[in-house]
Amino acid sequence: MSGNSIRDTFFEECEELLEALDEGLTSISEGQNDNETVNAVFRAVHSIKGGAGAFALDDLVEFAHKFETVFDEVRSDRLVIDDVLMALLFRASDHLTDLVEAARSDEPTDADVRRGILTELIKYIPSEEDEAAEMDAIDFQPTGLDFSMDLPGDDAEQPTYLIEFKPHRTLYEHGHEPLFLFRCLAELGDLKAQLNTDALPLFETFDPEESYLEWRLELATDEDEAKIRSIFEFVDGLCALEISEKAGDPAASAQEALTNAINIDDADLAPVETDFEVESVLDPSEPSPEPEKVIPVKAQKVAKPAGPSPTLRVDLDRVDRLINTVGELIINQAMLTQRMSEIEGIDLREVESELEDYKILARDIQEGVMAIRAQPVKPLFQRMARIVREAAAATSKKVKLETIGENTEVDKTVIERLADPLTHMIRNAVDHGIEVSEKRVETGKSDFGTITLKAAHRSGNVNIEIRDDGAGLNREKIYEIALKKGLIKEDAELTDNEIDNLLFLPGFSTASEVSNLSGRGVGMDVVKNAVAALGGRVSISSVPGEGTTFMIVLPLTLAVMDGMVISVAGQTMVAPISSIVESIRPEKGAVERMGTRERLLSIRGNYVPIIEVAEHLGLMNADTNDRSEVLLLVETEQSGQCALAVDAIHDQRQVVVKSLSSACGNVPGVSAATILGDGKIAMIIDTESITQSLVANKAASPKMTNLEEVQNAS
Amino acid sequence: MQAEREAEYSKGIELVAFNVNGQKYCLEITKIREIRRWSPVTVLPHSPAEVLGVMNLRGAVIPIFDLACFFGMGKTQANERNVVIICAVRDRSIGILVESVSEIVSIDMSEIQETPKIKSETTKSVIQGVLSVEGEMARLISLNSIVDPIATDMELL
Repeated sequence: MSGNSIRDTFFEECEELLEALDEGLTSISEGQNDNETVNAVFRAVHSIKGGAGAFALDDLVEFAHKFETVFDEVRSDRLVIDDVLMALLFRASDHLTDLVEAARSDEPTDADVRRGILTELIKYIPSEEDEAAEMDAIDFQPTGLDFSMDLPGDDAEQPTYLIEFKPHRTLYEHGHEPLFLFRCLAELGDLKAQLNTDALPLFETFDPEESYLEWRLELATDEDEAKIRSIFEFVDGLCALEISEKAGDPAASAQEALTNAINIDDADLAPVETDFEVESVLDPSEPSPEPEKVIPVKAQKVAKPAGPSPTLRVDLDRVDRLINTVGELIINQAMLTQRMSEIEGIDLREVESELEDYKILARDIQEGVMAIRAQPVKPLFQRMARIVREAAAATSKKVKLETIGENTEVDKTVIERLADPLTHMIRNAVDHGIEVSEKRVETGKSDFGTITLKAAHRSGNVNIEIRDDGAGLNREKIYEIALKKGLIKEDAELTDNEIDNLLFLPGFSTASEVSNLSGRGVGMDVVKNAVAALGGRVSISSVPGEGTTFMIVLPLTLAVMDGMVISVAGQTMVAPISSIVESIRPEKGAVERMGTRERLLSIRGNYVPIIEVAEHLGLMNADTNDRSEVLLLVETEQSGQCALAVDAIHDQRQVVVKSLSSACGNVPGVSAATILGDGKIAMIIDTESITQSLVANKAASPKMTNLEEVQNAS
Repeated sequence: MQAEREAEYSKGIELVAFNVNGQKYCLEITKIREIRRWSPVTVLPHSPAEVLGVMNLRGAVIPIFDLACFFGMGKTQANERNVVIICAVRDRSIGILVESVSEIVSIDMSEIQETPKIKSETTKSVIQGVLSVEGEMARLISLNSIVDPIATDMELL
């Protein structure tokens, strides 16, 4: 377990480094070709390589090394970045991401791709430079002995462990490298090593494959013994290992280190020592290859507003537990308020003001906790940059991605689940939206197509906009296809917006042939469903010749939502406020009957179908003759406007969403449950799925009915 | 001596006996998390008849089953004396509504007889075996087979 945790940390760091790499490359491609940016990219690749080496991820090390060497050339002004090299660097960066991902999940990667990129990278590396770099693949700058001498105070505070390490022959046979272990140790604290060559036989009897060397390591660290042992986990049983805590005085050990360094010089014969000598005393606080350069760069970064702020890594489980507990707190607060309102005869005014404070505090805590789960959309947008590059390459179009508002924060789950729909939409935009360069130039646009990805907070929601400056939707073609596929009737007269919305119907795909990129049988309806599953909506607008814009509106968080407390057939339920346009208490003449069962609501000259929520949920028979009822006008993408008939509206409040599916499976018409002030569970109705029943119930021409409703409504 | 005691230990089990529509049923005590007084539940739309609804158990949503209904004996008349037995089934918790809990019986595994041949497949799948408690027949039930058909039912919906 603990061995894995180091590995996990490495991969987490890799994510950040890859992010930095991508960011750096993007800056360079935008012309910000200064030393600092190039150095930042170089460092990111170098750090990945260093870490990968410790875990013997050879493919990754080899690739990162070549990549880094190219950047070293750029850094030392021997190589100028042109468009071709830039594209290659982006591809290399993408592949590096793949390699890290593959290493993380222990899956093989496409070796051909790697070889292809490597061959191209090597072209940029002068041959002698290449070999020299190959010789000392792990090129750490020596930091010198005096470091440890300078910091005796540190040693005094930390316990020192004595580690006796004697690798067996099998350790080398398994391809392990003591140096990597030592580097891991050095990350824990101040490491001093002493090589024992006593067992080294005379040359006549020397077996080159035998292990003769022993190390005596001293590690001053705050970590416990288990952490040290975990480093040796991979070589368990392949070496003799003894770890003990040393009580001796630190000054003496520093002295010892000095002698050790001299001892090591004697051992140049052994295969590992050439590198090891350099590292015999490694200061953990400056593992960076060029400490003297790092410091000024960091100082500059503080001045930059976009610089990374200090962060804390927390296990997601812990956050979720906290969120759950805070949810309980909110419920508890609601319960208290309800109980208080039931008490009669006592003057509670003072208590009430305290209670109001409690309510505000509880809300504050909740918002604070929710903010922990919130993350900037930046990594998501960066992934999309890659999708654009790949899609552009596959279709031989020139496309660039512009991102706006990438620091907008959204719930982690939302970000994760948004990746697929966004990928799909971006691919669509490149494949169908953006025209080929020649055509663009003809119509007076720049030859580079632009896709803009924009995120922003708007009134408790997050809006994500995907805009391309392509040709816009081909409405005639869409209409034609919809007709051919039987999605609309022949004489249907549709407005432009209605035609655009046909894209979201299941089974619709404009690509006349299935291309590699988009149109794999999944259409925009999948995107729509994915967004709807997150409690959001997606809409579309398009101007011929100017481009198409998709707008995704999402709730900020999935754990809490604003709901309207209603009653349906004697049961208390909650309707998500985001879907409700208005609530209406209909006057006598406003409800018209159609046949025996259907009812329509007349509102401002439009007729909107009425759906009995109780009937839909199978709770009672529709007997609506003499009953007071309230109608909730809801707006959905699929069915347009509908009125949901419920018995009464009680209250409007924030509710904590509890998943039902784990306990009870999927319940039709219900999206989740919540716990109300009285401790009872209330179902949260799924307005989208309830209104969709209109489409499903009328079998004759289902989609048409739907569109008629849209027309009626608008 | 030691082995003997272990054998004895492994054979003896404790069962909680309860009444469902006048019939005696029992359930292994290790499966039971807690026993609560009946309180009205929230109806779960589109659920089979034996699913009464869901209740809030310290913030968790727990489905409640009516055992009488499951065996086709009609709905249990819910009143204050009724109890809900919260049990663990695989990795989730469910509640079952019963008329009353009568006693805890310690028995030897060998006392459990195989279910005699009966017609109803549903009943047969749920009754693990029968045993005699003070001259009265008690039916040992298996919760997995109660939850599974219902769970699949609901997923099909």
